[in-house]
Amino acid sequence: MSTAILEKINQEQMRQEGPPAFSIGDAVRVHVKIKEGDKERVQVFAGTVIARDGRGATETFTVRRVSYGEGLERVFPVHSPGLAKVEVERTGKVRRAKLYYLRKLTGKASKITEGAGPVAAKAAPASA
Amino acid sequence: MQALLGKKIGMTQVYDNGINVPVTVLQVGPCVVAQVKTPERDGYAGVQLGFVEIKPTRASQPRAGHFKKAGVACHRFLREVALDRGETAQVGDTVTAAIFQGVAYVDVIGTTKGRGFQGVVKRHGFAGGPAAHGHMMHRRSGSIGNRTWPSRVFKNRRMSGHMGHVQATQQNLKVVQVRPEDHVILVRGAVPGPTGGLLLVRKAIKKATKAS
Repeated sequence: MSTAILEKINQEQMRQEGPPAFSIGDAVRVHVKIKEGDKERVQVFAGTVIARDGRGATETFTVRRVSYGEGLERVFPVHSPGLAKVEVERTGKVRRAKLYYLRKLTGKASKITEGAGPVAAKAAPASA
Repeated sequence: MQALLGKKIGMTQVYDNGINVPVTVLQVGPCVVAQVKTPERDGYAGVQLGFVEIKPTRASQPRAGHFKKAGVACHRFLREVALDRGETAQVGDTVTAAIFQGVAYVDVIGTTKGRGFQGVVKRHGFAGGPAAHGHMMHRRSGSIGNRTWPSRVFKNRRMSGHMGHVQATQQNLKVVQVRPEDHVILVRGAVPGPTGGLLLVRKAIKKATKAS
């Protein structure tokens, strides 16, 4: 009974439309809502998805970008209401779930080959 | 009712006005009033609450008799709690999480997880000795006293021993959600004890409890 309640609370926190469709290695543009006083605006963080962690309501993903020669990573909760949308710019062909090796690479070596399977298959809700 | 018995269900996170809040989910109640203490008879006012209904055969005979006398179903746990000012209660009343509606902060009393026999480094935060360069005092406590005077070890010297499984109170936890229909409240932050552990959830005594 008790875990059922926990599950129910988690379900309420999750996006009703399901998690945004993208996978590891994709180049994405993450639209983040930012509150400034009463006003709200949307900022875009563009980069490569290098990891997904956790599951259910507490799932997060990590986006890495290199700006002005400095590597920058941001972790977003998948189900955060502050996340307006996630656009997939380019799918990536990768062979592992965590792309931490990209942190050591720069320039051409850090490029990810485009395309891994049909984009449509990715867009379809995987299991949920 | 100032407090209610409950148990820890687990932790998760919820979004409160778009902000991610780490919460502990607590089942509180439903509790039943098994006895009422009155100033005339007992010298103070309060109620005895039962939590987690069980079969009478599962309770000890004195415990089962106590419930039978009160005319309420047997419960596994019995604790006494104070009443709000001016509040009255009857034997057999059921108390639910609804009493926390509009309450901003609570204290949670529980029994911490038992850690068994632990050394001084983990138990009391001693520094221990250097790990390398020929040192042989790694996680030891060092000297525990003087010499011929006082030729004994002073009381309360911190040493290794059993750690955990003691009562602990976590004060002023913010109430994030109250869900009387599920007998559940959500409080911000962590709570003593293991998942499933018995808790006493009390309206905070050091902070204004009413939500402003």
